[in-house]
Amino acid sequence: MKTAVIVFPGSNRDRDMFHALELITGTRPQSVWHTESTLPDVDLVVVPGGFSYGDYLRSGAIAARSPILKDLVAKADSGVSVLGVCNGFQILTEAGLLPGALMRNADLHFVCKEVMMETVNTATRFSSKFVKGQVWRCPVAHHDGNYFADENTLKQIEDNGQVVFRYANGTNPNGSINDIAGIMNAKGNVLGMMPHPENLVEPLQGGLDGRILFESILNAA
Amino acid sequence: MKARVIVTLKNGVLDPQGKAIEGALGGLGFGDVGSVRQGKVFDVELTGSDKAAAQAELEQMCEKLLANTVIENYAIEIA
Repeated sequence: MKTAVIVFPGSNRDRDMFHALELITGTRPQSVWHTESTLPDVDLVVVPGGFSYGDYLRSGAIAARSPILKDLVAKADSGVSVLGVCNGFQILTEAGLLPGALMRNADLHFVCKEVMMETVNTATRFSSKFVKGQVWRCPVAHHDGNYFADENTLKQIEDNGQVVFRYANGTNPNGSINDIAGIMNAKGNVLGMMPHPENLVEPLQGGLDGRILFESILNAA
Repeated sequence: MKARVIVTLKNGVLDPQGKAIEGALGGLGFGDVGSVRQGKVFDVELTGSDKAAAQAELEQMCEKLLANTVIENYAIEIA
């Protein structure tokens, strides 16, 4: 499986993502700088975590207007898999590739800890290797992860099965509506999530739970 | 030409920062604060002189970048 990671000024989880992708796919991802106009021909494009543009204006707002985003939208429209993690999720919502918005954590604190995730939809290219209802560990590190969508949008994404992951066992760290931790677009090829599966992919990191997500994508490619 | 853009959270969108400020004002002894909502102000200087054109352009700026219309409203004032 061929992959690419988009790098913005202020991205800081891009190397973690390179590492996880290389470990699991066996192929080194391509790095794409945000000023480039075309993405390479790959199966998966990842928008990594970090603090693009210092979170100025709104988290992800300025990165979402970068030159490379035009091609990312085109690739997403053509069905290429796109994964946004943390700041990447914020960028995808700001770019309109995913519904809703990520707001300041309800308790105003930056959270850096491990949460429990429940995979509520396994019929997706991002989650097919999970068992439905599987609860797994995943680290989070963010200040603006409080997912919000208006009533109609929320009903739509819930009814369509677009909610893929929820925070489980009362570990919602940010006040996200309906405990939403990760959602996909209606077409099912774009996923955004606040937690960092790339940070739990080998024993040195304390577990392998995050691998299941990447193995699902690999399986679907 | 000078313009001011005011971006505020839509009604019904939780504003934890506004809530914290509200609490802090209460702590300072301002007992009659009902609620506080936090917003943003952008002062934009434009080189043109056509007010109608500026208004249209500022609306585009709000739609495309200054506001996230999923959660925010905007208001434009041209001096």
